[in-house]
Amino acid sequence: MTESAALLELRTVTQQFGGVTALSEVDLGVPEGAIFALIGPNGAGKTTVFNLITGVYRPTAGSLWFGGAKISGKRPHEVARVGIARTFQNIRLFDNMSALENVMVGADARHDSSVVGAALGLRRHRREERDGRERGMQLLDLVGITRVAEDTAKGLSYGDQRRLEIARALATQPRLLLLDEPAAGMNPAEKEQLGVLIRKIRDIGVTVFLIEHDMGLVMQVSDRVAVLDFGQKIADDTPSAVRTDPRVIEAYLGAPADAT
Amino acid sequence: MHAFVTQFWPSTIDGLTIGSIYGLIALGYTLVYGVLRLINFAHSEVFMVGTFASLFTLHGLGITHAETGFALVGVLILMGLAGMAGSGITAVVLERVAYRPLRKRGSSRLAALISAIGASFFLQEVFALRYGRDLLSFPPLMNKTVLFHIGSGQVRADKVLVVVAALVMALALDRFVNGSRLGRGVRATAQDPDTAVLMGVNIDRIVMITFLVGGMMAGVAAMLYGNYFELTQYNVGFLLGIKAFTAAVLGGIGNIRGALLGGLTLGLIENYGGSVFGAQWKDVIAFTVLVLVLMVRPTGLLGEKLTRARA
Repeated sequence: MTESAALLELRTVTQQFGGVTALSEVDLGVPEGAIFALIGPNGAGKTTVFNLITGVYRPTAGSLWFGGAKISGKRPHEVARVGIARTFQNIRLFDNMSALENVMVGADARHDSSVVGAALGLRRHRREERDGRERGMQLLDLVGITRVAEDTAKGLSYGDQRRLEIARALATQPRLLLLDEPAAGMNPAEKEQLGVLIRKIRDIGVTVFLIEHDMGLVMQVSDRVAVLDFGQKIADDTPSAVRTDPRVIEAYLGAPADAT
Repeated sequence: MHAFVTQFWPSTIDGLTIGSIYGLIALGYTLVYGVLRLINFAHSEVFMVGTFASLFTLHGLGITHAETGFALVGVLILMGLAGMAGSGITAVVLERVAYRPLRKRGSSRLAALISAIGASFFLQEVFALRYGRDLLSFPPLMNKTVLFHIGSGQVRADKVLVVVAALVMALALDRFVNGSRLGRGVRATAQDPDTAVLMGVNIDRIVMITFLVGGMMAGVAAMLYGNYFELTQYNVGFLLGIKAFTAAVLGGIGNIRGALLGGLTLGLIENYGGSVFGAQWKDVIAFTVLVLVLMVRPTGLLGEKLTRARA
């Protein structure tokens, strides 16, 4: 089932919490350079997949692979370092820092000047600071919020906070960006712009893995869509094929047997 | 109230001087609290080690009488560096052996607090056994020259040194935290450690730097204290540490500018109060302030800024 050119792979992953099976033998392959969407009704196990990828959970069975290397069992900061970044369903910015500073935190892991250098304001440290600011501004520009660069994160509008989270994640220079319901709470115009942004991100060479409720957005941007229902994968195909898949329609519209 | 008026300027000068020392020590409490939500009760001993390091520097240099000019400046700088090294290293080692193992095991904050108190006694006793329990005096390094008068208050060179050095160090720290990559890491960790990790921030390194920088501030305070009071003792940090903690709470724990403001405010209140009720009441006044702040305004004068409130 997995693609040969998959950047991220889940191989027969099972995740149980006590007696509850959140994921059951799920295989997924996210092709490099694609926009991959994972959809499914509430409680289908979508966020569990993200928590597995980022090392928050360890799979009960099965394994996860990124760029040919096994990542299941790695801790969150190690996963961050191999090139996977994420945004959160509930926005988690550094509230008291400016938008630009939030992005710079993401970029900082790439620099290496010392405490002493920072304290004395040495030239290399100053240059890194300048580079960090420039790179930060570029990313804010990419997501379209340079106008609020110096505002504190908590003062930004909801849509801008979502964009800032994406910019901050990109600042870590990931190969794979995980977006957890980025369209939640957005109005139709904002969703439209978000779709444009997601494609822009793919076009600069970052593979995008999207969890989303908004079917319109998913169908508009995705190259491939997988569907989870009660912890099992019931479809994995192009958007147009998934849209007409009877099992998917059943899962969403709720046939009597599956209704709860 | 008559004493308050006649003693106003001397009280102000003494209050700002001791307040600067409180403030510098308070920075260490506030930084560590901001990042780890831990009151590092062994910070008072971090300061104590700094005073000994300063004293040994004077012994090592063979200072027996007051120096002037470049010699004085050179000795003061060496003393400060020794204090910073002694306190900074103590703080970092403390974090490694007393706090990090507990943190890695996910122990409760209470466990860390008990570990802090244990480390505090450990350091006190080691120094008591090694150097005795008596007061140790510093050789007089600086002439207590009166530079000028404000009202009835004498502005002395050693007091000016304390206040100026404290302000310079606090400004440098503020610049470090608000204007550098590592400072950004410190603030990010303080606000949301889990997310900071996902952004590639190395938390262990940030925690180490936080202890190091807090310790260095205490080391400068130790040098200034030694030069001003010309005394130290194995338990010199105890009362001073609690006062500095009071200053940190008064300014708003977790808030860097608050720590300095809290220190200066506490120093002034103590000395003004002392001039009215008698100097022996200073400590009572200081701790009454702590209780009142906790009751009336637990977030302190400036509130928590480095961090955000966590449930």
